[in-house]
Amino acid sequence: MMTISMNKILIIIPAFNEEESLPGVIQDLRGNLPDADILVVDDGSRDRTAETARQAGVRVASLPFNLGIGGGMQTGYRYARRGGYDIAIQFDGDGQHVAAEIGQLLGPLRAGRADIVVGSRFLQRGDYRPSFFRKVGIRIFSTVLSSILGMTVTDTTSGFRAANRRVIEFFARSYPEDYPEVESLVLLHRAGMTIAEAPVHMRDRTGGRSSITPVRSAYYMIKVLLAVFIDLLKK
Amino acid sequence: MDIIKLLAVAGSGTLLLLVLELIRRGRLKERYALLWLFSGVVLLILSLSRALLEYLSRKVGIFYPPSLLFLIAFVFLLLITLHFSAVISGLSEKNKRLAQEVALLRQALEELRQPAAEQGKGPEKRA
Repeated sequence: MMTISMNKILIIIPAFNEEESLPGVIQDLRGNLPDADILVVDDGSRDRTAETARQAGVRVASLPFNLGIGGGMQTGYRYARRGGYDIAIQFDGDGQHVAAEIGQLLGPLRAGRADIVVGSRFLQRGDYRPSFFRKVGIRIFSTVLSSILGMTVTDTTSGFRAANRRVIEFFARSYPEDYPEVESLVLLHRAGMTIAEAPVHMRDRTGGRSSITPVRSAYYMIKVLLAVFIDLLKK
Repeated sequence: MDIIKLLAVAGSGTLLLLVLELIRRGRLKERYALLWLFSGVVLLILSLSRALLEYLSRKVGIFYPPSLLFLIAFVFLLLITLHFSAVISGLSEKNKRLAQEVALLRQALEELRQPAAEQGKGPEKRA
């Protein structure tokens, strides 16, 4: 029997040098959401990321040079806006997100209870054990963001999210650049969007290297917090 | 004419001529040259007229008049660099938009070239 989905879904996979993990990620997604379109945004990779994705038969948008995660993700949202998609899902190319859990994110979205649903590692007892510094950082972000948003946000840096048409339009116009997850939630809140979290698991990376090294963590924190406060100043 | 005045006049005069020459050759757009021109003119006037410089220094309580020249030059430099930061921000935003547009156009071109490009649906689905 064929299932007809009322929503046109685009899965955006930002990828920077992810040739190792990408085939597995795409297979995982296809097995779980056969009706969704997949767009890999190749953010100026130096390896065979774009070729690998093309061979897997998904759409590929190759940036001429590295824009960073924010600029890359926005490319996906601009594609989604043009293609008239109802829902866009951000899904990491490194294999840490679980395709079977996309349904968790879609639930609140389809029920109209949220404009964006963020997959959180911390809503359920899981296998994710962050390092000490990460834990402190996560706590600080969570506290600051929760007070700004007026709701509890547990996983502020999660890159596993599902967005409806309103958010697609918004992100296509403005998406923060360097470390966009935290900041974008503030922007959405100020634009009057509803944010919700859903419990998910996250796997260890299957290949490649995380763009966030422990050394950069302190710098990252200060920069993001500053950016958030600057956002609050903006009109 | 004392040496400091000579230096100040020569300095601000050279700056002014340099800016004018760059504009004339089309190397500097007028929009960006405005602040430079303005600062050159102000510095030249103050360098030429010791009386004006001394009057202004006394007004703001500066003991050594030529240091007012430095102060004004410094403020102009601050303004100019701030202006540059704003211009660079605008340029980098445009640069980003262009890169994204290139990526999306490349993708559209690929799809046109091979319409059977699976439309994001996998072989598993067809099997």
